[in-house]
Amino acid sequence: MSCCSEEISQEMWKEVDSVIERHRDTPGALITVLREAQNVVGWFPQVLIEYIAKGMNIPASDVFGVVSFYSLFSLKPKGRNSIKVCTGTACYVKGAREVIGRISGEFGIAEGETTEDRRFDLEGVRCVGACGLAPAMVVDGDVHGDVTADSVLKILEKYS
Amino acid sequence: MTHVTPQRLKEMRQEHAARISEPNIRHLFICGGTGCHATGSLKVKDALHEEIAKHGLKDSVRIVETGCNGFCALGPLMVVHPDNVFYQKMTRDDVAEIVSEHLVNNNPIERLMYKDPQSKKRVPLFSDIPFFALQKPWTLRNKGIINPESIEDYIGRDGYMGLSKVLREMQPSDIIDEMKVAGIRGRGGAGFPTGMKWSFAAQNDSDTKYVLCNADEGDPGAFMDRSILEADPHAVLEGMTIAARAINATEGYIYCRSEYPLAIKRVQIAIDQAREMGLLGENIMGTGFSFDIFIYQGAGAFVCGEETALMRSIEGKRGMPIPRPPFPAAQGLWKKPTVLNNVETLANVAQIMVNGGKWYSSVGTENSKGTKVFALSGDVNNIGLVEVPMGTSLRTIVYDIGGGIPKKRKLKAVQLGGPSGGCIPEEHMDVVVDYEEIAKVGAIMGSGGVIVMDDKTCMVDMARFFLEFIQEESCGKCTPCREGTRRQLEILERICEGHGKPEDISLIKELSEMITSSALCGLGQTASNPVLSVLRHFREEFEAHIFEKKCPAKRCPALVEFKVIDERCKKCGKCASVCPVGAVEWKKKEVAKINTELCVQCMSCYSACPFDAID
Ligand SMILES: Cc1cc2nc3c(=O)[nH]c(=O)nc-3n(C[C@H](O)[C@H](O)[C@H](O)COP(=O)(O)O)c2cc1C
Ligand code: FES
Ligand code: FES
Repeated sequence: MSCCSEEISQEMWKEVDSVIERHRDTPGALITVLREAQNVVGWFPQVLIEYIAKGMNIPASDVFGVVSFYSLFSLKPKGRNSIKVCTGTACYVKGAREVIGRISGEFGIAEGETTEDRRFDLEGVRCVGACGLAPAMVVDGDVHGDVTADSVLKILEKYS
Repeated sequence: MTHVTPQRLKEMRQEHAARISEPNIRHLFICGGTGCHATGSLKVKDALHEEIAKHGLKDSVRIVETGCNGFCALGPLMVVHPDNVFYQKMTRDDVAEIVSEHLVNNNPIERLMYKDPQSKKRVPLFSDIPFFALQKPWTLRNKGIINPESIEDYIGRDGYMGLSKVLREMQPSDIIDEMKVAGIRGRGGAGFPTGMKWSFAAQNDSDTKYVLCNADEGDPGAFMDRSILEADPHAVLEGMTIAARAINATEGYIYCRSEYPLAIKRVQIAIDQAREMGLLGENIMGTGFSFDIFIYQGAGAFVCGEETALMRSIEGKRGMPIPRPPFPAAQGLWKKPTVLNNVETLANVAQIMVNGGKWYSSVGTENSKGTKVFALSGDVNNIGLVEVPMGTSLRTIVYDIGGGIPKKRKLKAVQLGGPSGGCIPEEHMDVVVDYEEIAKVGAIMGSGGVIVMDDKTCMVDMARFFLEFIQEESCGKCTPCREGTRRQLEILERICEGHGKPEDISLIKELSEMITSSALCGLGQTASNPVLSVLRHFREEFEAHIFEKKCPAKRCPALVEFKVIDERCKKCGKCASVCPVGAVEWKKKEVAKINTELCVQCMSCYSACPFDAID
């Protein structure tokens, strides 16, 4: 077991250990390890990056390089609920810009930000592959289709 | 593990055929694609199960949850077999009636049937709906009629017959020859002949070789790969295994976006089932040939769809492209000979083996064979997946299959090929889908996203949109792409904000030439295509922004000032009720007025007005 940190509980460290254990010997597993570790902790505080680097025997700068390259990984703590508004072409044509505008206005956050009470974070993402329902939004993994600047707040009420 | 024998495969196929054509048994094919899940198909399915049990119909009705049926915008949807009835937009509340009226009393329910957008008439039979009737489902042959989580269902539709034939009757070189006769070209965008690609990898000797499946599907507006993986995952596995046999590979990876959880789940189920039956893994079908497939989840980077970047990503590194040669056929994943193919390409392979290359090449044009799947979306009535023979015109796709433009608006352009593609204006709608013909009008076939845009779309804004995408997704390794596209984006932003300068157009062109000729990978090399195509076909719109400081389509907030056309205003007050900043002044029975000081150009009133009275 490693050290202590405010963001990461003892339990989380244990799980991270087992993630590393499982993949340590598989070449190319770094991205998989990072994905699973993020599922446990939620984001990447610096101690976690250093810890994974040591565990996988990869320079910390390389690990940081990978974390910062892929949009799936976050270097900031996230909100309890993640709002992902699709800004792919089909959704853009059908009014995704207005949807984001309404959410930003209501909760006072821009794309890439988290509300102060950590209730929501807002992200614009590229095509979630549900273009048939454009404009589409994914909240905590649930896909919502045909959202409008008016209906969006109602949907979000359900996520506290 | 016991290996399934060719004899057993045939028996399973017959058992399934008998099961589906049993008299007195109805099959309800309810869509379980991502789109229909989102609109509530799982709830409808549960309710159907309950209601059917209640009526004691368990032995005469079978519910099959299928993958995406293709007509996503109308979900949740269901096809009743053998009645040939199509239901759309079902809710839990409709279920009792469907069961008691249709299934018990044989009275199909009209109000749930498809309504033709032009004639406004209901179309009772599935096979009469133009959206389906005009398609040629080859790649999507199993969509909507098999349960993607059942290998038996797949085998019942000739599944694994191609692999069985290849392993018993064909040499690797025969497989490659058959692919060459078929003339199939890669569906991932570039359109490289698949048989040729395989023959290069086959020529290189190595004890380890790889077959990779590109399921990154980065092009915004494309969702055919997702649908194929969700609806027919075994077809992709079978295609990969045949490719592996052709080049003598031992291992394969499916590189899939993590944004596609349902696809990942279903592919994993399919892999497990195939291994269980000895159709994957060691000593496949007892023939001594071994090949196994693993899923690799991407982590969100458009550039990872590029082949060399994708391989770096599987190696656990930043997904940055490297210069070619050496080509992957010689040095790919872990520096071993590698073949990478797109999902849709691979999904066609088994059928080509079963029916022969000649069969495949009998459809299509001189240089583009077979069929192509398009993801039709945007401002069009029938949104969904469309598979047509190569050589079909865009007009047929948009108007006959797509049902035209909603709300009596006019078509302005069709965007094809994603961020590497271009916009095709109305006057070129008769162009046919064919790699070369489409290139002639300044777009590319790409992976098959077709985004229809009506006259509310600002083409300069679209050009800006694609550049913003490219700019965000550039991996940053080469300067032309990283810096060049940024400069281009800045120019376009300036134009949209009303600060365009006369020399901007030539500046954009100059930058385009420079970036296209010097970027390291396909992302940068094609980054300027959308802008150039807009300049080619919609130059007057650029000029309106630059010289008149006007946005003809009213999409660029800085360039529009909203006002009410008094003669058209019916005094309904809708505009005032939707305005988020109280900029609309309206009293009962009076014409509305917009206070331009307060207006934030959010477009709410403009979109809400039923009478087109806001300009
Ligand atoms: C920036 C970039 C992104 C790409 N994204 C994808 C993708 O998401 N899916 C895909 O199949 N091909 C994509 N490609 C094309 C692949 O590099 C490759 O040509 C293709 O997967 C080969 O398969 P095919 O011959 O079957 O088409 C992309 C290419 C570039 C340059
Ligand atoms: S563009 Fe939004 S889901 Fe495809
Ligand atoms: S998800 Fe049901 S039709 Fe596409």
